[in-house]
Amino acid sequence: MDFIQIALVLVVLFVLAIPMGKYLARSFSLEATRLDRVFGGVEKAIYKLSGIRVADMTWKQYAMAVLVSNISMVAIAYLLLRLQGMLPGNPSGIAAMEPLLSFNTAVSFLTNTNLQHYSGESGLSYLSQMLVIIYLMFTTPATGIAVVMAFMRGLTGQRSIGNYYVDLVRAHIRVLIPLAIVVTLLLVSQGVPQTMEPTATATTISGTEQQIARGPVASLVSIKHLGTNGGGFFGVNSSHPFENPTPLTNVIEILSMFLIPAALPFAFGFMAKSRRQGWVIFGAMFVMFLAFLITAYANEANGNPALGRAGLSQEMGSMEGKEVRFGIAQSALFTAVTTAATTGTVNNMHDTLTPLGGLVPLGEMMLNCVFGGDGVGTINILMYAILAVFLAGLMVGRTPEFLGRKIEGKEMKLIAIAILAHPLIILAPTAIALATDMGSSAVSNPGFHGISQVLYEYTSSAANNGSGFEGLGDNTPFWNISTGLVMLFGRYVSIITMLAVAGSLLAKTPVPETMGTLRTDNSVFTVILIATVVIVGALTFLPVLALGPIAEWLTIR
Amino acid sequence: MIWKNLRLSLVLLLICGVAYPLAMTGISQVVMPAQASGSLITDASGKVVGSELIGQTFTDPKYFWGRISSIDNNASGSGSNNYAPSNPALIERTQKDIAAFLAANPGVKQEDIPADLLTNSASGLDPHISPKAAQIQVERVAKARNLEPVQLQALIEANTEGRSLGVFGEPRVNVVKLNIALDALKK
Repeated sequence: MDFIQIALVLVVLFVLAIPMGKYLARSFSLEATRLDRVFGGVEKAIYKLSGIRVADMTWKQYAMAVLVSNISMVAIAYLLLRLQGMLPGNPSGIAAMEPLLSFNTAVSFLTNTNLQHYSGESGLSYLSQMLVIIYLMFTTPATGIAVVMAFMRGLTGQRSIGNYYVDLVRAHIRVLIPLAIVVTLLLVSQGVPQTMEPTATATTISGTEQQIARGPVASLVSIKHLGTNGGGFFGVNSSHPFENPTPLTNVIEILSMFLIPAALPFAFGFMAKSRRQGWVIFGAMFVMFLAFLITAYANEANGNPALGRAGLSQEMGSMEGKEVRFGIAQSALFTAVTTAATTGTVNNMHDTLTPLGGLVPLGEMMLNCVFGGDGVGTINILMYAILAVFLAGLMVGRTPEFLGRKIEGKEMKLIAIAILAHPLIILAPTAIALATDMGSSAVSNPGFHGISQVLYEYTSSAANNGSGFEGLGDNTPFWNISTGLVMLFGRYVSIITMLAVAGSLLAKTPVPETMGTLRTDNSVFTVILIATVVIVGALTFLPVLALGPIAEWLTIR
Repeated sequence: MIWKNLRLSLVLLLICGVAYPLAMTGISQVVMPAQASGSLITDASGKVVGSELIGQTFTDPKYFWGRISSIDNNASGSGSNNYAPSNPALIERTQKDIAAFLAANPGVKQEDIPADLLTNSASGLDPHISPKAAQIQVERVAKARNLEPVQLQALIEANTEGRSLGVFGEPRVNVVKLNIALDALKK
């Protein structure tokens, strides 16, 4: 049954992703389409209200627009968090958030990370949940989708790189809002609350008093997944029965967070007028995903040997930190998907995963291109594709070209910056945190697992994932500032360098395909691409993985 | 440029942060008021006794017990201890709980205790246990209530939820609903 339910979810994903890819390609077309008739009116009204002129941009203008609009979003978010105690929409009477935690939270949601150093039930008013959290949960994936569209236009040699504001508004109106409405109502039908009433008080069967926190949960949970955001309404995220009440909502949430990242390679295929190219990119990511998924499932189903020795039967698998309704299959699948799509929502506690089960989310975030978050994940895998073309081209002595454009020193320098930045912003702060008392005092589990906790926090920040080994006591100035900076670098270094690559490629004259061209749309290239990602990842991260999860595995196996 | 961006940000804020959640609340409250308000359970006099989806703590032998909750099922928050699999505190807690469970359920063999019953759920609010975890408590509850085990079997069956659409998730027993049904039986 475990195999069937996992396979069925992946089949449904497949069936949805291909038409979604086509829809995305058409929605963001630079040419007029029929979709303009449906959505054009609303979009024009928004352009008018904001005073936006619709004209093609250069890559520098595009990157500048991304930065300035993101700065204005984070400023609004920070102010609202600082002022929430005085504002309306606060029936449970929650106080203002302190400055460093507000900085961390605003940055976290701006960068699509959704790392949470607060607990939603007690840290945010309903107004903040709506105006800060839900708002940024729409705008940041929309930013990611906009940037990937610009990047893909550059790669496929379209007329121009496009207009950021048009892309941003279209991502809202044509993609995220319609999907969010449908998913919200599906979730409510299964029992996810959507109310403005304050916390309920019950007198339990045993006669004690029980406080039950609730709120406008469903409207947040839907976009949390669709936008690969991941920040929960409640502290324990999608393991909370109100965020994820049934296995059916679990499947809906998995599909929601996987849909856009899985559809984007197909959108790329349509834009490149080479469906095979889309399949190659999708295939490479899917193979890596399957390897991770199988590892997670096998290890969790196998249980915790340490508990087995203590006398508790491990026949059901490792159930510490998991919910009965999901069991091992739906938990392992959720874990593999949430860190592949760098959503960061969790339906089980990753801190309690078996050592090698916990290596799966870490590994996926370290590679950061096994599907990846809305937009940015596709950018990362395409970046690796260009690197793979370059390496393979050098090895067989052909000029490296991707989709008819020469890959030269300038592009490779930019890509090298982006590829090196990722491990740098993970490993350097991990080392600092482990070496200093400010960092290591947050560790809650003894032994090698403590290293994993610190490593996971920075990996999650750098990959803009946002899940955590949540035992870590991370609401301190050191952690709020350091993870805040890592999240900012993790998001914007690759966005800006890749926009520069797109601009540079767009300016080149296409070279005709000849016998000497290295094909990038066949299975050989799929293998080269996977090898490139895995070798770069393994060289960088194996030593630290050996110190954390692998060492822990050796101690309890 | 900054002014233009601020204006766009505010327009999107109104659409995504105000109009969308309020519209969703309005529709949900009209179409599905029970679910949208948290699936609350009320007794005959209309008093709220809990939520179908949120676990409660039971320690009395005459009730079925749920999973471990380090937060004591206090649903104003949520969470667990986040014990790593290698954490000695996890082993200690489990050994203590096994001993206590065996003492309270003399007929049960240690290797028959299913893992879900003595592990902390992710949320600390899990209302469910596996059907097997309910079965091994039948003898204790029947004795405490002077009931026939057969009557309890029927109740467990009635409160067991199957897999969603017959495929997804795991079969499970809702402990809160089961215990409410149990109390109703007595009257």
